[in-house]
Amino acid sequence: MALKLENVTKKFGEFTAVDDLSLEIPEKEMFGFLGANGAGKTTTFRMILGLLDPTKGRITLDGKTIDYSTSPIIGYLPEERGLYPKLKVKEQIVYLARLRGMQKQDAVRELAYWLERFKVPEYMDKKVEELSKGNQQKIQFLAAVIHKPRLLILDEPFSGLDPVNVELLKQAVIDLKEAGTTIVFSSHRMEHVEEMCEHLCIMQKGRPVVHGALKEIKRSFGKKNLVIHADFDISSLENHDGVTKAKHTPEGIHLQVTSEYIAEEILKRIVGKGFIRKFVLEEPSLNDIFIEKAGASYE
Amino acid sequence: MNNFFIILFHTYLSKLKTKSFLVTTVLTALILIALTNIPRIIDFFEKDGEAEKIAVIDESGQLFAPLEQQMLAGDTDVELVEFTGSADEAEEKVEAGDYSGLLQLRMTGENLPAASFKSMSMADSSLVSEIEGSLQQLKTMMASASLNLSQEQLANLYEPVEFERSALAEDAKTEEELSQARGLVYVLLFIIYFSVIMYASMIATEVATEKSSRVMEILISSVSPIKQMFAKILGIGLLSLTQLAVFLIVGYFSVKTNVETMEGGFFEFFGFSNIAGATIAYAVIFFLLGYFLYATLAAFLGSLVSRIEDVQQMITPMTLLVVAGFMIAMFGLGQPEAPFITITSFIPFFTPMIMFLRVGMLNIPLWETSLAIAILTGTIILLAAFGARVYRGGVLMYGKSNSFKDIKTALQLTKKK
Repeated sequence: MALKLENVTKKFGEFTAVDDLSLEIPEKEMFGFLGANGAGKTTTFRMILGLLDPTKGRITLDGKTIDYSTSPIIGYLPEERGLYPKLKVKEQIVYLARLRGMQKQDAVRELAYWLERFKVPEYMDKKVEELSKGNQQKIQFLAAVIHKPRLLILDEPFSGLDPVNVELLKQAVIDLKEAGTTIVFSSHRMEHVEEMCEHLCIMQKGRPVVHGALKEIKRSFGKKNLVIHADFDISSLENHDGVTKAKHTPEGIHLQVTSEYIAEEILKRIVGKGFIRKFVLEEPSLNDIFIEKAGASYE
Repeated sequence: MNNFFIILFHTYLSKLKTKSFLVTTVLTALILIALTNIPRIIDFFEKDGEAEKIAVIDESGQLFAPLEQQMLAGDTDVELVEFTGSADEAEEKVEAGDYSGLLQLRMTGENLPAASFKSMSMADSSLVSEIEGSLQQLKTMMASASLNLSQEQLANLYEPVEFERSALAEDAKTEEELSQARGLVYVLLFIIYFSVIMYASMIATEVATEKSSRVMEILISSVSPIKQMFAKILGIGLLSLTQLAVFLIVGYFSVKTNVETMEGGFFEFFGFSNIAGATIAYAVIFFLLGYFLYATLAAFLGSLVSRIEDVQQMITPMTLLVVAGFMIAMFGLGQPEAPFITITSFIPFFTPMIMFLRVGMLNIPLWETSLAIAILTGTIILLAAFGARVYRGGVLMYGKSNSFKDIKTALQLTKKK
């Protein structure tokens, strides 16, 4: 399902949470939605889900407005995890699935399949409060996807999980995408976005500052990373023209340069002065782009 | 099945299955059975227990026999025992627990009986008043005998005054009916009061639990908050009716079996022997309306807090309203026709209890009842419409503050422009 946001603005009184945001997310796509805390991500999600009405603009799913009649085809994993602590896994997943228009028997069958896939079949009759945080998260994820939504919104799906479980969930997300689900995905983990999303959007103070295909974004960013390890002193390179950032490491120096040409110049400058063990020109990472564009740092 | 009913039955069934609900219901039912059987329980213990023995030292030598006779005629469990030793010896026996008390009888100068009573404590007043009553009668008899009054003269003297009360209004309740109605209304008022407070705070807690466990965000992305709110109110309403039905059935049968075995007394006073169908019907109507009024209020107040701990603080003003209504109703039991009661019975927040009190105790014209019900229903609809908007925004708000200022913020969240 293609999701389209046209000139969407949301104001809370005087405060503008989302400012003139236009996005188009084609069918069967995984779309990365990034931004610092308070950049308007959750507000945007809530508008997509129909929980909040945009002040201006419109949001459509295959040309139709989103309301509660479309809820069976939408899945949502909220950033703040929420399940009934006192209910058993089966009771609550079946309840939530039925609210999304699923039949009880189908929900039970799907639940059994997913628990098996997540290697926790014994959780069927356990209360949620008895599970560890990571396992609660699996159940939460399950609640978002059990009704086979065509549009899936994942707000920070992998936070708080160990690497094994991250892989498990990542694979599940990729499989869903291949099965035709349109996925909007928000994360602070840039490597996950880099790995999984073809298109992305970085929000800052309610406005999209970067928007497009991942490769395009990297190319148009222009700046590249240069890693040099050498046996002689190269610290003076940080003052070279075209170097925008420098970080000294025990083995050498990491530089950010404005173009390939600068890298070439630097190479000419140091050649012959000693032994160069490493000289690599890298594409900028999404992390670099994010820090520069969204003006905040993340670990 | 429609989402509305999925939520309704989920709320109903999951609450029904909780241990606290089952325990409360069973416990209250047991207390009800115990309360309705109080006379039997008292009898049971009384029969087993021995009569209280009182040591009597009769200084006059002529009072013991007539007093004992008087006491026996009075059908009491007090046994008088003539004590021949000294007063000190008798006191020791009382201290040792052989006797419940020591009664010293003597004659005054006017040849009338007088007595002093000593016991370990002053706690048992019914025992003392029984003895005092008997002695009083004895004194009256002796005094009138000394005046040489005839039996007839005596009878005239003690005959109660003829005093008949009747109301001029044809449909007014008789004094007897009124006191019967008072008992029934009293009990039903209590039920309305407790249930409204209990179930309204149950709703507020339920909403706050869903908010604090953050499951709310998933729920509102599946089902509209307004649908959710009303499904929840109806689900818990159904739960309250279930509990009420259990209590009414248990209470009804318990009372019925007791009324058959006992004539007069306790139950007749409370008006249970001929339970008025109309009063019960009004009780159910006003209970439901009161429930919906306060449940709606509680649901939107509950939607404003983010933590369960804040629920009680948030619904305190509402609870105070219920308490105020109950207090006014208690006052009204004694003076149901006071203008103050008439006025407050039309104020929607008090109507469920006070109009019910008036309907139960007086014969008020149907238009008054209808008007009060209409005002109440109107208020419920207004409150529901307003509450639904607050709820819709409130469930999305998280934060430390939970004041009434949040209502404004919540309304702002739902605004389109």
